[in-house]
Amino acid sequence: MADRTSSSAYWAANVRVILISLVIWFFCSFGLGIILRPALSGIMVGGADLGFWFAQNGSIYVFLVLIFAYAWRMNKLDKEFGVEE
Amino acid sequence: MDQFTLNLIVVGFTFAIYIGIAIWARAGTTAEFYAAGQGVHPVLNGMATGADWMSAASFISMAGIIAMAGAGGYQQSAFLMGWTGGYVLLALLLAPYLRKFGKFTVPEFIGDRFYSGGARLVGVICLIVISVTYVIGQMRGVGVTFARFLEVSTDMGLYIGAAIVFAYAVFGGMKGITYTQVAQYVVLIIAYTIPAIFISLNLTGSFLPQLGLIGSYAPSGGDVALLAKLDAVVTELGFTQYTADTTNMFNMILFTMSLMIGTAGLPHVIIRFFTVPKVADARSSAGWALVFIALLYTVAPAVGAMARLNLTTTFWPNAVQGDALAGDAISLEAINTDPSLAWINTWKNTGLLGFEDKNGDGLIQYYNDANPAVAAIAAERGWVGNELTKVDNDMMVLANPEIAALPGWVIALVAAGGLAAALSTAAGLLLAISSAVSHDLIKGSINPNISEKGELLAARISMGGAIVVATYLGLNPPGFAAQVVALAFGLAAATIFPVLMMGIFSKRINKEGAIAGMLAGLVFTAVYIFLYLGWFFVPGTNMYENIPANHFFGISPLSIGTVGAVVNFGVAYVVSMATKAPPQHVVDLIESIRVPKGAGAATGH
Repeated sequence: MADRTSSSAYWAANVRVILISLVIWFFCSFGLGIILRPALSGIMVGGADLGFWFAQNGSIYVFLVLIFAYAWRMNKLDKEFGVEE
Repeated sequence: MDQFTLNLIVVGFTFAIYIGIAIWARAGTTAEFYAAGQGVHPVLNGMATGADWMSAASFISMAGIIAMAGAGGYQQSAFLMGWTGGYVLLALLLAPYLRKFGKFTVPEFIGDRFYSGGARLVGVICLIVISVTYVIGQMRGVGVTFARFLEVSTDMGLYIGAAIVFAYAVFGGMKGITYTQVAQYVVLIIAYTIPAIFISLNLTGSFLPQLGLIGSYAPSGGDVALLAKLDAVVTELGFTQYTADTTNMFNMILFTMSLMIGTAGLPHVIIRFFTVPKVADARSSAGWALVFIALLYTVAPAVGAMARLNLTTTFWPNAVQGDALAGDAISLEAINTDPSLAWINTWKNTGLLGFEDKNGDGLIQYYNDANPAVAAIAAERGWVGNELTKVDNDMMVLANPEIAALPGWVIALVAAGGLAAALSTAAGLLLAISSAVSHDLIKGSINPNISEKGELLAARISMGGAIVVATYLGLNPPGFAAQVVALAFGLAAATIFPVLMMGIFSKRINKEGAIAGMLAGLVFTAVYIFLYLGWFFVPGTNMYENIPANHFFGISPLSIGTVGAVVNFGVAYVVSMATKAPPQHVVDLIESIRVPKGAGAATGH
């Protein structure tokens, strides 16, 4: 029974990490890259406005960081809950 | 040495490498044939996934699609975000759990999780429709690239490409394909970035094209930003501002989302994550895949913007320092005599570039004749229409080395890169198709008692058969070749992605719900696309003309996959709630795929 609680706690922790990651994923691409672009057009990244830069380059960098951060966080969770391979 | 010989040597050398790998990486078991023995290093799998994913369209066409878009380059950002953001979904929502499941195909997971041969069969149908439509374009890409650089016919090029894929895919299966894709990735990324670095150095002085895109325009002294210069030049000539905002934000959001979830739902990409040793490797491998994809995808928008500006200032020399229309357009005499402009005639001969001196003044005026303000200036000066009559999207990448006056071996490398991009994607798709046939259809339902040896033979025969069918379709493409990409992404988004996600994240979705959801997503998405593009793409059978004014809520057929996915989720939920919960052994399966521990033992093969 103890094993069961810990595996559902592991799953709940995983889902929490996923949700946080997906909020960032949505915000940098759909948020900064599309929806908020008109509002933030005054902010420049070099020669591009913020929204244009996020849509063509910036969001891709955020995606990269997100995946590696998720992999790192989950490796830690795997160890904490003793479910690593 | 002439260019043709150089192309032949470089392409021949890369092909020799692929064949060498085929001999070295023969598959001896079904586990090797379907999943490369589940022993591929996550970084190498990331590289192979990069080559698998980046098709002829990514390599040859994407920069030009962004550069030449009528609505401006920003509008096309959907491709950049969509085709990369999908990897976040793959890493977080699908890849680790499917790796833990530890079997060989996507329909196999659907069949086991939803305890139903029928669900598995629907999965096979979706997979084959998606992958076959996709592979046609790749086979065409191989033929076209051959024809352009190696002076053979498109058909002959296609036969040569098919023979090469046959060599390493039939004998090596996933193992041969994986290591060939690693080599193909190296070829294609070098071929893409070298010309990009040179054009960036010429236009912005920046070594990194990513910085060049947001840098300043060097030829005019460097006091104006590249993008500001580009906006000014194209609007002066009557075109839409390059960085103009989207006119339909809702549709752009849905389109980006369709590409993202479609990417995460493409079977040939998903099965790449079955090849790594552990669940933790599946997570990091998705990150490595995106690293290698980002190397091309962050460069592509820079290539697009720079190539567009370069093309425009070539035709309006005065635009480099001041206003384009303050000086004369390029003269025919310069095109025919100036060695640095020789590429214009070279590419005119290929048909990718076209110009015509309509008013006979010896100059080639490039402008948007549909823009009233510019048309008024044109009438005043005696121009009778835009004289740069054709600029094919593909030119932006293919002609770059010549425009930047790079040595011949770089041009040869671009030819090898285009072929590597097309061949690697074709091989990945063919494996997804053949494993669905031999593992899901033959072993899964027709002859479950088939021996290991028999299944391996069946897998090789299916692969051979898939190559023959793909070659035939490449030689005789159905009239709808251009539209099928929309169908492939839309269907992957509306069928495979939702069913896999529900299978992992919900214990309550049952077989009735899954089957009803997949069929609802499939039919809804296909019908919406057919309404605008014709029933089964037969021209003339569409109910509505495919223009924005006719689209329901402004949603284009390209973007409908997102709505299809929502339909799938909704139908699956409602039907599941009205029917019996899944049995205990399925609940146990779900709990086992949710934790990494024990992947090695759970394969059951």
